[in-house]
Order: sequence, then C-alpha cells, then structure tokens
Amino acid sequence: MAAPKKGRRSSGSQGRPGRALVAILVAIVALTAGMFISGHTKPRLGIDLAGGTSFTLEAKNQPGKPNAINSDNMNTAVNIIERRVNGLGVSEAEVQTQGDKHIIVNIPKGMDAKQARTQVGTTAQLYFRPVVTYTDGKKTKPTASPTPTATGTGKSNDKGKASSTPTATGATGTPSASSASSSSQGRAVSEGLKADKTPSASESPSASESPKASETPKATETPKGESSKADDLTKQLADLECTTPADRAKAREKAAGAKPSDSVVACDRDGSRKFILGPSQVEGTDVKNAASVYDSQGGGGWIVELNFTGSGGKKWAKVTGELAKQQPPQNQFAIVLDGEVYSDPRVDESIVGGRAQISGPDFDQKNTSDLANVLSYGALPLSFDIADETTVSAALGGEQLEAGLIAGAIGLALVVVYLVVYYRGLALIALASLAVSAVLSYTIMVLLGPGIGFALNLPAVCGAIVAIGITADSFIVYFERIRDEIREGRTLRPAVERGWPRARRTILVSDFVSFLAAAVLYIVTVGKVQGFAFTLGLTTLLDVVVVFLFTKPLMTILARRKFFASGHPWSGLDPRRLGAKPPLRRSRRTTATAPADPKEA
Amino acid sequence: MSRLGTLGARLYRGEVGYDFVGKRKIWYGISILITITAIVGLAVRGLNLGIEFSGGAVFETPKTSVSASHAREVAESASGGHTAVVQELGRGGLRIQISELGTKEALPVQEKLAKELDVKTSEIETQLVGPSWGEEIANKAWQGLAIFMVLVVIYLAIAFEWRMALAALIALIHDLTITVGVYALVGFEVTPGTVIGLLTILGYSLYDTVVVFDGLKEASKDLTKQTRFTYSEIANRSLNSTLVRSINTTVVALLPVGALLFIGGGALGAGMLNDISLALFVGLAAGAYSSIFIATPLVADLKERDPQMKALAKRVRAKRASAAAKADSDSDAEQKPQDVTPQPRAEDGDEPTPAAAGAGQRRQPTSRGRGRGRPSGKRR
Repeated sequence: MAAPKKGRRSSGSQGRPGRALVAILVAIVALTAGMFISGHTKPRLGIDLAGGTSFTLEAKNQPGKPNAINSDNMNTAVNIIERRVNGLGVSEAEVQTQGDKHIIVNIPKGMDAKQARTQVGTTAQLYFRPVVTYTDGKKTKPTASPTPTATGTGKSNDKGKASSTPTATGATGTPSASSASSSSQGRAVSEGLKADKTPSASESPSASESPKASETPKATETPKGESSKADDLTKQLADLECTTPADRAKAREKAAGAKPSDSVVACDRDGSRKFILGPSQVEGTDVKNAASVYDSQGGGGWIVELNFTGSGGKKWAKVTGELAKQQPPQNQFAIVLDGEVYSDPRVDESIVGGRAQISGPDFDQKNTSDLANVLSYGALPLSFDIADETTVSAALGGEQLEAGLIAGAIGLALVVVYLVVYYRGLALIALASLAVSAVLSYTIMVLLGPGIGFALNLPAVCGAIVAIGITADSFIVYFERIRDEIREGRTLRPAVERGWPRARRTILVSDFVSFLAAAVLYIVTVGKVQGFAFTLGLTTLLDVVVVFLFTKPLMTILARRKFFASGHPWSGLDPRRLGAKPPLRRSRRTTATAPADPKEA
Repeated sequence: MSRLGTLGARLYRGEVGYDFVGKRKIWYGISILITITAIVGLAVRGLNLGIEFSGGAVFETPKTSVSASHAREVAESASGGHTAVVQELGRGGLRIQISELGTKEALPVQEKLAKELDVKTSEIETQLVGPSWGEEIANKAWQGLAIFMVLVVIYLAIAFEWRMALAALIALIHDLTITVGVYALVGFEVTPGTVIGLLTILGYSLYDTVVVFDGLKEASKDLTKQTRFTYSEIANRSLNSTLVRSINTTVVALLPVGALLFIGGGALGAGMLNDISLALFVGLAAGAYSSIFIATPLVADLKERDPQMKALAKRVRAKRASAAAKADSDSDAEQKPQDVTPQPRAEDGDEPTPAAAGAGQRRQPTSRGRGRGRPSGKRR
C-alpha cells in the first residue's frame, strides 16, 4: 500500500470478475477445510473468556547485576517457569514473554490459583549440593539406610559407612542401565567432571585443608542434634515418594523451600531416584555462565561447559577437592534447581581455575543444552514480581463471551438494517461481503489458535466488533462513488468501473492508516492492548482482501443484471431517486444545469 | 430514502450545502472552548484511574445475600485498614475494590471474604495489580501513540501533502483531548480498556479524515487552471459532497459500538467491554465532528497562505468583480437570485483571503465583488 497515485487504472479485475470470486471462494473453502482438518472448530479462548488465572510477572534485576534483563535471560526464565507450572499437572499452561521485561503466565481453569502463585512467584534457586546418598524413587522402609552422620559435615568420617550401604554403592553402577531413556539419570552414573586443565598442584592445598573446619557452623552443633537431624532425614527419605508428578511437585516445593544451609531430601526429575543432599556448597549465582558445546578436540561429544565467577571458582575448587576424595556416591554433587535434582555428576579431581566441564556417554545436543539452561538459570540475575494477577471463573468468562457475542449480533443487525434502508439492493452486496469477511476472520482466528497461539480475549472481540464499522465503510465509500457516477448521468456498468479506481484509492489509503495504527500498537504495547491491535490489524487486512476480491467483482457481475442495471427502485441505484436527471445523460453537468434552479441552497 | 437520495444528489452537485469552511471560525471557537474545558477538567479533576493503574485488588463475588456494607467492613478489616469500595453488580454479586493493596496482602482478604460470604475461594474473581504494570501499559500506550503520530504524519505528508498531515494531526489531538476531557469531567474510571478505546480512536479518527481529504485532493486537482473557485470553496464543496459518506460511516461505526456500550453497560455492569466502547463512542463522535468541522477548514486555511493559492484567489476575485460589474450594469433584477451563497458578506470584504466562500455558487461566477458591501440576497 503505497501512496495513492493518480490515474491508476484498474487492471484485470474489471475483465475477469469471475476469477477473483473463484479465488476467494477457494480461499474460504481451504480455510474451512483446514479448520476441520486441524480439529479445532472454535477459536482458542483467552483466560478472560474461558476462565482461569493469568499472571503477569515483572522481571527485576538482582542487586548488583544491572542489565540482566535481556531476551536470553527472559527466554530461559520462560522455560523454567513453564516447566514448573506444567509440572503441576496442567499441560495447557501458557508462558510467554511480553514486551521487554514481562512474562505472562496463563493457567486455564481447573487449577488452584494459590498453588500456581507459589510456583510462579518464587524465584528459582540453583544449588550444588553434595550427594549424601540416594535410593530408588519408591517409598522405602527405613532399614539399610546410610549412616546418619553423613549429613552436612565431616564427609570423611562417614565415608566408609556410606559406601558400605548397598544402595549407595550399587547405584553407581546400575542406574544408567535401568533408565537409559532418561537423559538426566543415565548421565548421572558415568558423568565425570573434569578439570578443564590438567589437575595441578592446587589440588593438594585444597585437599590439605581440613574438611571439617571449612564446614558450615552446623559442625559446631552438638553431636546429638546432628544425629537426630540425620535420623530425621533418613526417615524423610524413606517417606519420600517420587513416582507421580504430583508427588514430585510436593517434594520439589518442600526441598525448594528449605534453607540452602540445611540438608534436604529431593527427587530426581523423572522420579526414579531420591537423594539425601548435603548443604549447598556452591550456589547458582556463583556460576557465571554455562553452555552446551561440542567437544571436537577431546572427542567427548556434547558436553556442558561451566564458568564460575571469581569467588565461585574458589568455592568450587575447594568443594571439588573435597568431593574427589570421597567414595561413591559421595564424590558426586547434585545440581538442584527448585528442589529437583537435574544431574549428579561425579567429581574425580579438584577443579581449579573456575572452569569445568560435565560430560557423559549419552549426552547429546538436546540434553546438554537443557542442562546448560538449568545452570544458566541459576546464574540468572533476575527475580520476578507478580505485577498482575487476574482470576476469572468459567461462569463469568462465559457471561462475558456471551455479552460480547450479543453485542456483536445487535451491532451487526443495526448495521444491516441501516444499510438496507439506505442502500436497498446494494445492501445485499454489502451483506454478502460482510459475511465473507466474517467467515474469513473466524477461520483465520481458529487456525491461528494452534498456529501461533492466538487466543481470543475480550479486547479481541471488541476489536472484531469495531471492525464491522471499518469493513462496512469500505462498501459505503464504493457505493457512494458509484452513485456519484450515476448522478453524473452514467449508466450502471460504466459507473461501476469508473467509480472503482477512485474508491479503491480511498479504501487503500484509509485502510493503510488503520492498519498502521494496529501495527504500531501491536509492536509497541503490551498485554490486552496487543490482543486488540492484532484483531484490528487482521480485520483491516481482510477488509482490503474482501473489497478487492469479492465486493468489486460481485458488483461488476451484478451490474449486468437487469435488476440493478435498469435502476429498479429497490436496487438502490435508481437514477431518478439518486437525483440524476434525464437531460444529464452524456452531457457535462456543469453546463447542463439551467441557471433557473439553483435557488434551493 | 428518496428524499435522502435526492439530498445526497444535491449535496453532490453543490445545490445545497453547509458552509463549513466559511463558518470555520465558529467551529474553531467551539472546538477551542471544548478543548479548554477538557484541559481544565483534566487539570482540576484529574483522571479517575482504575486500580490497573494505581495498583490494588478487585474481587467480584458470585450472587450473594451479604449486604454491600457488610462486605465492605469485612474487606476493610481483612485488608488492615485499606479503604474498600463495594458496588453491587447487575447479576446480584458484589464488586469489592481495594486500592493500593499489594498483591501479597490481597490473598488473606480473598480468603476472608470467601469465608464471610460463604462461597468458595475459587469462585471469587480476583484481579490483583501491582502499580508498575498499569504504568507499563500506559507508558507503552504513550510510546505507541507518539510513534504512530510520527509515522502517520510522514505517510500523510507523502500521500497527500504536509498541510493535510498537519491538519489531520491537529484534528487527532483534538479528538483525543476531548475524549480524555470527557473522562476527567464525568469521572469515568480509566482502565486498560479505556486506553484501548482511546488508541482505536487514533485509527478511526484518521480514517475518517483521510477519506474526506482524499475527496478534497481529487477535487482540488488542476485547481490552478481555472479561475472560478478559490481553494476554500473547492474544499467546502468537496466536504459537502462527501458528507453523505461521512454521515453513513459514522452511523455504521457508532451502531456496533453503541450496541457494545449498551450490552456491556447494561448486562454486565462494569467491565472491559464497557470501558472500551465508552471511550470509542466518545472518540468516534469527536472524530466525525473534527474531520468535517476542523480538519478540512484547517487545510483550507493553510492552503490559502500558499502563494499559488493566493494568486488564484486574487484571480477569482478579479473575475468575479468584473462579472459582477457587468451584471450590475445589465440588470439589477437578475442579480439578486444569483446571490445564493450562504456566505457572510461582510467577511468577504475584510478578509485578506476570500476563504469564506459558499457552497452553492459554483455554477455562476456570481456577483461577488470585493468590498461591494451589498446586503446579501436570499441567503439561507
């Protein structure tokens, strides 16, 4: 749609009105067929019409880390939140970024808003916790559990005991076989964590440090408290159920709620194993970044590379130094995000220099990048506030939809009545065009549901209703042009063709302005305004399509019919009613008008 | 219809018409008055911002037997002293609005309300808004508005000319000011729905203006090659000939919006439908008004300053004067009926630009002479 040019001749459409009509008919049939084939016959409804809860989260930079709000970080956050929300058992939850620093979470009806809120509103926490022990994911009886002392402190103490428990040692070799399908689990076994460089002398200093001294203040607690806590953990581990997603969600919530300095029990992501994990040694914020790379030199295949911050690297060196000396499984550390164990690689040596790699036999591009995402999220210097929360019950949603539809129907009926009264026979063309426009809009909206996740919400319904006016206006512009031509004394067929180029220009220019408004709003604005702009833009585009491919060709064809061509009183094109006077034919109106009758003004 | 149709024809031929351009000063005056009222209203009363902008919580309950005042007490005590506004909804429920309530504080209130009103927590519609989100919506809307205005001015300047772009922009600002002013004066609540409505006016108001300008552009083609009419006269005539379309368009646009307003307001009480349609209704009416009474006369005014148009106006005047002189000497009797323009004659003499030309005078080079000062004939 460019600037209108004078004297642009109508090309083509004049001669072959049939083709355009066939084209649009084919489009309608194709869209309708597509709609039925895709299995969606109704547009996807937004939360405000279908019921449900919608959250708007606002990203905030964490203290000391400005400029963290960028699209990479936001997308990672969206992934994490999606995982969390869908983990609640609702698979249709929808998480997407909105504007620069907002994330919209739509959760359909049938879900507890409160639970959703805790899931959505809390900041994800990534911890590296040493593995104390693990068993398979079922509820177990507290029998041959590892020694309680394992908790938190003094790993060297319980080394022997822990390794002696069958679960712990056996597991190191087996899980990969038992769950080869799960990447995270299979990975766990043979994953090795290697220093990026060759192990250096720095290993010894860290090893030489007294493990106990370096431990958290808990070490100073009385042995009694320690052991009772550990007993408690063992019991918790036994009671922990990781088999169903709901159980896991519960476990995750609990583990995520625990303090980093406490030992926790946690489930593996697929629920096949459960862990007792020591206090967090390194936190997610210690990670500078993580990436999935293909190690072509070392022949290791896909690996995850980790970079730590300065202080994080030091902590990491110390922790890995300690871990490396332990027996399996206590030489493993668990990567825990939101209380869920994502991976538990083994540490073979102290890793200094702040860089590390995680490798495993069944690592591929997908699971390494997943893991890298998880690790990055821990480094994500973002926290989220709930900026808006709207809960709409299904009943109210239905009511609003109904009201919108009724309003649309009434509005449409009024427009129809007005058009019929004013344009009579021409109104038929207008109505047919409106109908075509309606069918096109409807099918496209339905198809866009699964296509790009378009959801019809209340503002979108308003946009569609408003569009009735814009669409009808195109016909009015054209009809008035035709009538003007008839008033100048032309017969219908030339009037239809002569009126078109001028009407077309007007329609294009005005629709372009309308579309421009919609496009700018869609790009710039957020939230509900965007949904409205989308419908408005879509219907404006369709208006152009319909006028060009349907209204004009139909008009050309109908102009050949006697009813219209002869100017039947009900055709809306009766020259006499339009005020075209017989002597005006073929004469220039300016000269023809006798100076006798201009007094009416 | 027949009468309407004939009226359309006569408007088209310029037999009847209203002198929009000639009487522009009246309409400018009215618009300035309305705009000033709107601005004063905005300054004095300010906008009644909904909780979407100020932050807070809205709860809507299903049908309940609990009285509004009791619900308010419950809400206020549960929220720890925040003021609650309770409205009864059409369908028997209550709408409880607590402003400046944080999203975290709102939860206990919701639970308390559910308990008191004996409904399930999940049946209470909630909307909790942190103040930043509303700000974000508003800021983005302003940003969109600014970008759109710049783009549209550029586009109109290319498609038409800068004078029309400028006039369209002024008309647009005029519409927006009036709409915002109505909101301030009447005290309607401003919600995101209002913002949507307001933004739609952008497109719509311009859409209307563009259609009128398109007619004007066509009518003023080859203008300088004739000496019968000045630009203003052409503008006025083209305005009158597109009048039918303008009215039809406005009616057709207002009908669905009116239906939305009626249904949204009548059936649902408050809500998004109502908010959008209210803003649209006011804005559309203002838009239709401004595209006819403000935008085109403004273009005419600007255009008459153009040297080319000045020269044209001069030629037209000269021609008319000579024709009038001739006619005068011929016969006085013939003179009078020709003077059919609804134009105030006095202006003609005083004005440097003869912008105030009538609609009905395109047929004859009538007896309009500069400073002739004859009492006008059969004006209507």
